[in-house]
Amino acid sequence: MKIAVCAKQIPDPATPYELDPEHHWIVRPDDQILDDTDRYGVEIGLQLAEASEGSVTLFSMSPAGNLQGIRQALAMGADKAVIVSDPALKGSDALVTAKVLARAIQQEGFDLVIAGTESTDGSAGVLPQQLSELLEVPALTFAKAVEHDGDTIRIHRQTPDGYDEVEATLPAVLTVTAGVVEPRYPTFKGIMQAKQKPVEQLTAADLGFDATEVGAAGSAQYVRSVTPVPARQAGEIVEDDGEAYRKILEVLEQAKVV
Amino acid sequence: MSDRLRAVLSEPEAGRFGPEADLIRATVRSFVATEILPHVDRWEEAGTFPRELYPRAGDVGILGVGYPEDVGGTPTGLWGQIATWEEMARCTSGGIAASLGSHHIALPPIVAHGTPEQQARFVSPVLAGDRIAALAITEPGAGSDVANLMTRAVRDGDHYLIDGSKTFITSGVRADQITVAVRTGGPGHDGISLLVVEADVDGFTRSGPMAKMGWWPSDTATLYFDRVRVPVANRVGPENAGFRIIMENFQMERLQLAVSGYVTAETAIVEAWRYATDRTVFGRPVAGFQANRHRFVDLVAETTAAKEFTYRAAEGIERGEDRTTEISLAKLLATAAAEHATYAAVQLFGGAGYLRGNVAERLYRDARILAIGGGTSEIMREIVAKRIL
Repeated sequence: MKIAVCAKQIPDPATPYELDPEHHWIVRPDDQILDDTDRYGVEIGLQLAEASEGSVTLFSMSPAGNLQGIRQALAMGADKAVIVSDPALKGSDALVTAKVLARAIQQEGFDLVIAGTESTDGSAGVLPQQLSELLEVPALTFAKAVEHDGDTIRIHRQTPDGYDEVEATLPAVLTVTAGVVEPRYPTFKGIMQAKQKPVEQLTAADLGFDATEVGAAGSAQYVRSVTPVPARQAGEIVEDDGEAYRKILEVLEQAKVV
Repeated sequence: MSDRLRAVLSEPEAGRFGPEADLIRATVRSFVATEILPHVDRWEEAGTFPRELYPRAGDVGILGVGYPEDVGGTPTGLWGQIATWEEMARCTSGGIAASLGSHHIALPPIVAHGTPEQQARFVSPVLAGDRIAALAITEPGAGSDVANLMTRAVRDGDHYLIDGSKTFITSGVRADQITVAVRTGGPGHDGISLLVVEADVDGFTRSGPMAKMGWWPSDTATLYFDRVRVPVANRVGPENAGFRIIMENFQMERLQLAVSGYVTAETAIVEAWRYATDRTVFGRPVAGFQANRHRFVDLVAETTAAKEFTYRAAEGIERGEDRTTEISLAKLLATAAAEHATYAAVQLFGGAGYLRGNVAERLYRDARILAIGGGTSEIMREIVAKRIL
């Protein structure tokens, strides 16, 4: 099975993010890491590839920088990477990103495209569904368990109350939640081998886009303004006069915990 | 505030280690966070940890860091090794780190001077975590004075017969194989050889784990050899050439102990300062008192200087230079930094720092061995004095 995994390089979430004041775009340092949510996609991709003697190719659209985030995913075991890195892509919205990735994936060929549910830095959460539309294949989303049998892929789709069983015939797009598998650590061997693995770097033009179709120019979506998160409010303190348990039960019921 | 302090002390400068070593660091950090830290208090109290941790560390590549590929290792270069040692030392248990690393002193002589057969039998299975390896040099009658060790190995056809004993041997209780320094020739350093002894041979016995001040989960033992028959094929390097190999081997051990020293200091500083920012006395946080603030800046200065000096020694080693002087100085400086920082950490914790189970209490006890093992601080001074005075 030929598996495409979307892998995003993002600035380390442990460091404060910087936004450029004019467009409110994230300033991306050279040193970016693999988005944690993508480790699950890479892991399930590797497991499915191992079971089917297939291959895993990573796809990413981001400034290449020192490629540390991509190397992380290659070190886990992915076979190669295709990264679309081009200053002309700056300011692309989710749909433009999906168009660029779809064309890169199509060019390479695929049976299954895997992505996380949403990125940690952008959190739009719409790209995989846009990909499925552009690639004209079904989308299986929010998988918390995945099963593969010949041409069929079956998932448990996470819902607020439990899960739905959903299945589709390949080719398809799959998004996975953080609970789906335990991602492996990159082994030392994998880390050293990652150095030798092919990383293909493409520009927007390589994929047949002209400058007006991509980046801020090609995007319908833009960020109007940015507001800091309001400071967290103090919690409610319940004085226990012997009846506090009633209040606690009430709160738990409201939160639908009990 | 303690996050900023942690970043200053524990995050390497960007580009310092290189991209591979950075990924190796991330992997070891995850390994320590998931496989060791959740259990560390329990294993400390139990005075041991499950043997399964060895193959787990082996699978990831931690045990084989820096070893050649053909013996099952990953040749990462020295910076990959240092990144690994640093993150392993951050598990807050010197005993666990020392046990999982005891092969780093037992195997290098076999890798450098052993035959391919010896390497296949004694190196690869240890790097995979299937066998445990120890090094035995110290004797009840000879510690730092390696040239005068007494354990004797007498040639008997294709075998040596070993008589004597070794003590303070890290991983001595669980080891499946021990690289043993023995006297095969006359007195002094010209009569010493290295033999690999497998633990299941007749005449070999050992004590149970020795009760220690620190490094509790580490199984330290006294080993007894009573006419132990070892094939000549288990000798590492030429007969009577062991002293030089042992001295070579000490260099990397001392570099690792220097790393353990500054990491122990860093951990103590960060943990104590985190507590000091939360704990209020006389209406303000303990961290607000100038005496404490200045004292901790002094500790940061001392620790960082020791670390940078260790890196300087490492850069020279990477270029293939003899850095015996710098390594000895680095061990001296970094282990002193560990003592000063752990002492100050217990002091800052106050009564809480005197309680068993408190991280500062453990680091304080664990730090004490660093200026003793692998050559005492006095020996470090002697080496440097001979070389520069």
